Parts: sequence; C-alpha cells; structure tokens
Amino acid sequence: MDLSAINPVLLIASLMVAATPLLLAAVGELVVERAGVLNLGVEGMMIVGAIGGFAISVESGSPYLGLVAAMIAGAVLSLLFAFLTQFALANQVASGLALTLFGLGLSALMGQGYVGIKPPAMGKLDIPILSDLPVVGPILFGHDPVLYIGIALTAGVWAVLKYSRIGLILRAVGENHDAAHALGYNVIRVRVLAIMFGGACAGLGGAYISLIRVPQWTEGMTAGIGWIALALVVFASWKPWRVLLGAYLFGGINVLQLNLQAAGIAIPVEYLAMSPYIITILVLVIMSADKSRAPASLGRIFHASG
Amino acid sequence: MKLTKILTSAVLATGLATAALADKTKVGFVYVGPVGDGGWTYEHDKGRLAVEEAYGDKVETVYVESVPEGPDSERVMTDMALKGADIIFTTSFGYMDPTINVAKKFPNVKFEHATGYKTAPNVSVYSARFYEGRAVQGTIAGHMTKSNVVGYIGSYPIPEVIRGINSAFIHARKVNPDVQFKIVWAYTWFDPAKEADAAKVLIEQGADVILQHTDSTAPQAAAQAAGNVVTFGQASDMSEYAPFPRVSSIIDDWAPYYIARVGAVMDGSWAESNTWHGIGDGMVGIGEISDAVPADVKAEALALKAALADGSYHSFTGPLKKQDGSDWLAEGETADDGTLAGMNFYVEGIEGDVPQ
Amino acid sequence: MIKLEKRPQPSRKLSLATPLIAVFVTMIAGGLLFMALGKNPFEAIATIFWEPLFGEFAFYYRPQLLVKGGPLILIAIGLSLGFRAGIWNIGAEGQYIIGALCGAGVALAFYPMESFFIFPLMILAGALGGWAWAMIPALLKVKFGTNEILVSLMLVYVAEQLLASMSLGLMKNPQGFGFPGSRNLQEYPSAFNAELIAGTGMHWGVLFAFIAVIFAYVLLNRHILGFNIRLTGEAPRAARFAGVSPTRLVLFCLGTAGALAGLAGMFEVAGPSGQVSIDFNAGYGFTAIIVAFLGRLHPVGILLAGLLMALTYIGGEIAQSNMGLPAAAIQVFQGMLLFFLLALDLLTNYRIRFAVKGAA
Repeated sequence: MDLSAINPVLLIASLMVAATPLLLAAVGELVVERAGVLNLGVEGMMIVGAIGGFAISVESGSPYLGLVAAMIAGAVLSLLFAFLTQFALANQVASGLALTLFGLGLSALMGQGYVGIKPPAMGKLDIPILSDLPVVGPILFGHDPVLYIGIALTAGVWAVLKYSRIGLILRAVGENHDAAHALGYNVIRVRVLAIMFGGACAGLGGAYISLIRVPQWTEGMTAGIGWIALALVVFASWKPWRVLLGAYLFGGINVLQLNLQAAGIAIPVEYLAMSPYIITILVLVIMSADKSRAPASLGRIFHASG
Repeated sequence: MKLTKILTSAVLATGLATAALADKTKVGFVYVGPVGDGGWTYEHDKGRLAVEEAYGDKVETVYVESVPEGPDSERVMTDMALKGADIIFTTSFGYMDPTINVAKKFPNVKFEHATGYKTAPNVSVYSARFYEGRAVQGTIAGHMTKSNVVGYIGSYPIPEVIRGINSAFIHARKVNPDVQFKIVWAYTWFDPAKEADAAKVLIEQGADVILQHTDSTAPQAAAQAAGNVVTFGQASDMSEYAPFPRVSSIIDDWAPYYIARVGAVMDGSWAESNTWHGIGDGMVGIGEISDAVPADVKAEALALKAALADGSYHSFTGPLKKQDGSDWLAEGETADDGTLAGMNFYVEGIEGDVPQ
Repeated sequence: MIKLEKRPQPSRKLSLATPLIAVFVTMIAGGLLFMALGKNPFEAIATIFWEPLFGEFAFYYRPQLLVKGGPLILIAIGLSLGFRAGIWNIGAEGQYIIGALCGAGVALAFYPMESFFIFPLMILAGALGGWAWAMIPALLKVKFGTNEILVSLMLVYVAEQLLASMSLGLMKNPQGFGFPGSRNLQEYPSAFNAELIAGTGMHWGVLFAFIAVIFAYVLLNRHILGFNIRLTGEAPRAARFAGVSPTRLVLFCLGTAGALAGLAGMFEVAGPSGQVSIDFNAGYGFTAIIVAFLGRLHPVGILLAGLLMALTYIGGEIAQSNMGLPAAAIQVFQGMLLFFLLALDLLTNYRIRFAVKGAA
C-alpha cells in the first residue's frame, strides 16, 4: 500500500478529462429535460456523434471539423426522436430506447471502414507560462480546448436558464406546457430546439471520446456513458453547476478507484462502481424534501387541443 | 423424457444429413463481439478468412457476430449445425456449456471451443499459451523501464490473466531485480474509455511501461500522449502505434490451427483433442520488436522466444515461490498444465492480492 | 396545414391495422437498407420473417420463438400494468437480474441435494427477489415522491454490479478452474427448468408467460383493480374522485412488474441459460419495454409483439449466417420497426385533418 504514489494534481487533471464527455452529454440532456422532455436516447446520439466526428476528422484531417460534424450528427439523429415525440405524440420512454437501439446499430454500420485508424491529433491548449505553473498549471491550463468548451457550456446554460427570456420560456414549457401554450409560446418549437441542442451536446460528448480521450473508433465504444449522463442530470437536480460537480464526482470515482488499485489498496471494485447510482437515488430522496424537483411536465405528452 | 430426447436428436440428425449432402466443407464461427472490435473477435475473423484463403472453393464459411453468451449462442450453433456445418468454432469462454449441449444433439458435427475445458467425442478445446508471450514482454519491460515501475491493466481476475501477470513479472525481475508491478483491474474486456483511464492512472503513478490484458488500443494512445511510456500490442499487432510507444506485441494467431482443424475434417482425421499451443506452434505470435528497443535487449528477447518455441525453456521454471513465501517449484522444476490452468495466486514479489 | 384531432375513442380498426402497416413499411425501408449494403432485399426480408416460421428448419425455430419470446412477454405484461396507470418502471432489467440471482442462490445453497421442493422454492425466491427490487422505487415514490423512472433505472446498474460480484465471488463454481460464473443448473436435476415437452421450447417460464397474459387480460377487463388501473392512466383526477388509492396502485403495479421480471430471470437462469455469469442479462428487461409498447399495452398485443420481436432476433441471426448481413444492420432494422410503430400509433388516437393554411 502506497498512498503517496497518488499525485492529487494529476488525479484532478485526469478526472476532468474523464468527466468531460459525461458533462457535455448531461448538460445537453438537462436542457431537454428542463423543457419537459425525457430523452433516453443519449447513448445512441453519443455514439453516432462519436463515429460521425471520427469519420469526418479522418477524411478532412481536421479534428475541429470532426467536432462540428459530431454535433450535427447528434442533432440530426435527435430530430428522429423530436419527430416521434413532438409530432407523432409517441411515448418518450419507448422512443428514446428505440433511438439508442437505432443509434448503436447505425454507428456500427457507419464505422465499418474506420476500425484501427488513428485520427488526427488535437493539440492541447498549452499556454506558455500558465501551463508550466505548479499545481494550477496542469489542472487549469493543460487541457484540450473541448474541455473548456464543456465548462463554458455549463456556464452558458446556467446563465441562459436563469437570466434570459429564452431560459424563462424554456422553463415555463417544462413546468406547465398548457399554461405556456396559453401564454402564446410555441411549445413544440421550443421542445424541438431543446431536443436538437441535447443531440448536438451528446454528439460532441461522443466525439470527445473517439477523438480525444481514447482516440480510436470501435463499435459500442461509449460503453454506457450516455446512461450515466442520464443519471447525472437527476443527481444534479436539473441544475447546471451541479451537473459539473456531479460529472467530476462520477468521473472521479472511476479514476479514484483505479488510482487506489494502482497504489495497491484492495477495494471492492463492484461496490465502488455501484456507488454513484446509489448516491443518485439518495439525492433523489433528499431532494424530494426540497423545492427543486423535476420539471413538472417531464415526460408528458403535449398536444394543443385548442 | 429420455426417449423423447433421443427422438429429437434423431429428427435433428436427419435434418443435418439432408443438408450435409453438399460437397463443400461448411465451417461456422460464433463470435462474442463485433468483427470490428479490432482485438479478440477481429483476430478470430482473420483466422476464418485464412481458412477461406487456404481452401478456396472447397470450403464455405459462415459467422454470426455479437452473439450473447447463453441460450442465444446455443441457438446460433444449432442453426449452423442444422444448415450442414461440418465444424463449428465457438470463440468465447462463455460458450462452453452451450457448445457441449449442441454437440450432444449433433454427434456428426465437430465443435471447437476456445479457452474452455470441457471436451466430448465431438468437442475439442483450444487455447493459446499467451503467457509465453508475456515472458518475452516481461523481459523487454524489465530492461526498458527506468522508473522500475511497470503498469499492468488486467481485465478480470481469472487464471488466464493471472498467469500472464506472473509470467511477465518473473521475467522482468530476472533482468531487473528492482522492478515493481502496479496492477489495475478494469473489470471489463472492452471499454476503451476505462482502459484509457487505467493507463493514465498507471502512468501518473510512475509507470513507464504498460502491459495490457484488455483488447483496445486506448492504452497505446494514452502512452503516446504521455510521450515516454512503452507499451505492447495485445491480441492484434496494434502496429499503428509502432515503433513507439508500441515496441512489440502478442498476437493471437488462430489461422494455422483453424486451417489444420478444417483440413482434419476434410480428410476425416479429426479427433477430440485438448490443444494448448504456444509460440512454437505459431498460435502465439510475437509482433516485430521495434528499433526503440536496444539491440542487445532485442537479441535477448528473441533468444528467449526461440527457447520457448523449441521447448528448451518453460516460462514457469523453478526455483519459484508463491507470494506468501511458500515453495511452489523446486530448482529446475516446471509448472504442470493443471496448476497453470487454474492459477489463482501471485508469485513471490508481486504486491497486492488477487481480488476474490 | 396539417392538424391533429383527438379521437374520442381510439380507433379499433386502426389499432389492429397500424402494426401491420408498420411492419410493411419497415420491410420497405429495411429492404432499401439491405440493398445499400449490397444484399438482395427480398431474400433478406424473407429470411428474417419467413425462414423461422415456415422455412426448412422451422421445426427448430418455432420452439425457439417461445424460448426467446417467453421472458419478453412475461416481463412486458408486468410492465404494461404500470404503464397503463402512468407508472413507469424502466428497471425491469435489474429486477430480472435480482430474480435470477435469488433463484440461483436457492439452488446453489441446496446443491447437491435432490428434492422436489427446490424448484418451487426457487420460483418463490425469484419472484420475491424481483418484487423486492421493484419495491425500492415503489416505496421511495410513495414515501418521498421520487421519480420511479430514474430510481428504477439506477437500480439496473446496481444490479449489474451485484451480478458481476456474484459471478466472480460468492456464486463462482468451485469446480470451474477459477473462471467466473456459477455451476450450471442444467446439470442439477432438482433445479433445472427443463422443457415440459421435449422439442417444444415450452419450459415453465413460457407457461408462466401465457398464464400472465390470461391473468392480465382478466384483470384489466373483468376486475375492479384493472378498471382502476385504466382509469388512473386515462383520467387521474377522476380516479382520485372515485377513491382509487394511488399508493396501493403504485405498490401493486411496480410489485407485480418486479415479481414477473424476477420470475423471468429465474426461469432463464435455471433453464435456457443455466448459469449466473457476468453477461447473463442480455437486455430482456429493456427490450420488454419496447414489446409492451409494440403490443399497445394490451395483453394479447404483447403476446404477439413478444413473438414478433423474437422473430426479428432469430430471423436476424439467420440472415447473418446465411447472407453475411452484419449484426448492426439487424439492429438498425429493429430500430426502424419501432420508429414506424411508434409514429403510426398516432393514427389510432388522432385523426389527421388537412386544414386551409391560416385557419386555426
């Protein structure tokens, strides 16, 4: 046993990387759920983003073009879900599950020619002096650009939800779609846009895995991260900054347990691995006493009968 | 109950007989992952393609990928047998009992189960002595490490993986008495993101050589990003990361075995067998040792490989002690296959416990 | 401008016709997909839908439809009760795992004793295990008002980790040379869920699935509890006025769904699968949600939907080995089938009117 082998600075820096795909997907899903829609297809959108981004960046040689393509791929796939739930008024749980099934299959078909290829590398944001600072350097200034985008996105979503008119409308739609409709807001349009935003974020999160964190393409490579993102939104009680915190916690538990193992400490891995989910359930219970509960219209179908 | 069972097998057998009239030898493959996994299943599929290449028009191969272990695999095997497959390769440990079940119903079809231990008159098992490759890797790793910390990413704590750890450790210690192993269990065969994390963690804790017993190239990429860390390819060559960080690899080469077994079916010489082949028989390949390895180390590794191949040296040769200090192998004694097959202990010098 | 108008009553004719239309449309879209992959679309479609039912080896595939469809139907029936009442249990996968672990646990505890009471005890344990696992979201919902969708989903992952822990630890076969996975219950006569009539695929689980279909049908159509379930789903406020206790309904629906999922897991582990292993759960719990919706939450519909889903799985495997179609293409094909079914469902509940633009 040798706890001193664990370098806390590097631990924090690497858990930030591990948390980023989770964060991106969860912030997107948060917006979707705040609009009153439950999209269980995050995993499907992520993996389609992963291959979409991978393919385009390999073909074009530009990782940035790949990231944009991943966002488009995720958004386009999410339109399928939007059509089913918003226009065909289908059940959201079933539609989301179908989307994941479809996305996993589609990505595997798209990716057949991309196994065993290395994508173009994306540089780190090495800022000459800042990145070399002790402690804060590796934690704050030594990452790839997308990681910062993830944090900026969280801040942006927080600000928009809290202070802007768009945020107000979005929340109104999520809390009570009938009232929002009566006030003259176009519930369907707001929700479709929210769903597309969620799709784009999930796609970007997927591409982060295939282009930066791993980087390679293999079938099924998101390996359940989309599902954890769903848990994370609940864990965060639909609040952006808590999503960030939760992403670091969820990502951190995994990095931490690997660190403990490497340091030679015997830990029951399975029980540690289930702990984020149990914590999420506890948070749900604690939250039930709190006023910040789920958006009231979450998962309910809206049809303007007027 | 028994009678009806016999009747069903009779019915099934007739179905088989009618279908087997075709003169081509039909070969079935059941895969646990997608052929595009770039690792385990990918290599088995390369073996399948080699069979097609070797026999051309005389064989027909079929495969089903991503077959869950359990009843689904049983159905896929039965389907192949019904359609006249002459020999079926089932390529995951979890297919063991289903293979035995289906084999009972189709006594005329030959079955080959990878990495299992149950055989029958028409069921053979085959596996590779990957630990021989680990000995070569351990030798290189012991020389290459400057920090004297070697990181090891394990999948599940099962005998095959533990064997690999022990073999690598013994040979790393042989050339470098100060070397330490840091072992991390990923509890997955395949999860690139988690494997990448595991590699990063090991690197952060000072490992400058990473050995992996999981199938994705994610650890290679993590090592490359770190800059000065040595890795080895696993299952497939992973040559896209050569010459550095990947300095060599263990390759599962199933082609010679598959070609031989299909050939045996063709000429009627197929018989139940329990095959455990290593470097000598070509089932375990050592990927090219790149120029990043000093010439004398490379020569030493190749000499070890040659000794393993011609049988003059065994990866587990005494004197060896178990982790708890008790004697395992006396001077010059080599481990028997039974002990190796069920290996659930570390050798002396490895820190930490095998998770139970 | 297209306008939707809610039908006062769901159209009966269309609710029967839309699944058929959806299957047909999927065949066309799937055919195009298979063509794009360079395969003969007619052959592919025929392989998936015709081969298992009427092909040369149908005598083998037909029973397999029951083996594959049985657990799907059993779980989906339980889920549909809750779905009808607006109670969303999407954690059947977890309840299935726990049921299997409890059932197998009983068997392994008695091994190698042979006795008639072991199998009934396993059934009981399986149902109880699934029930208990479903009671967690149920009680939390009743006590604290937590969202059962999320809690039940979280518990799936907890159950998966438990499964891994059991296969590597407590339930590991002592004679298995250290490999993960329990003893094979197929080799333990007292615990083996064998086929009731050899060669038919009918094991106890399939029988239970059929019983569940009948039970659910009677419950929903002839019993006050079924009426309350439907009322709560369709008009929650009216239900409250009518004195329906939401608490009891939540406990009943989630409990039943959990017990049935647990049973499905127990029959699977004691029969077709035979052992507890890390990858024991093959997604039945999630697929059953889809089956429940495909069957429009109607017991008979679920029976047919479960068999249809099983058909696409089995037919898909045949298409893989016969025609070399990739597994992913089959997955996409199943996804399309769901999309079309869900989309066309609209027609049952709504009328589509083409109104002049501008006229609200």
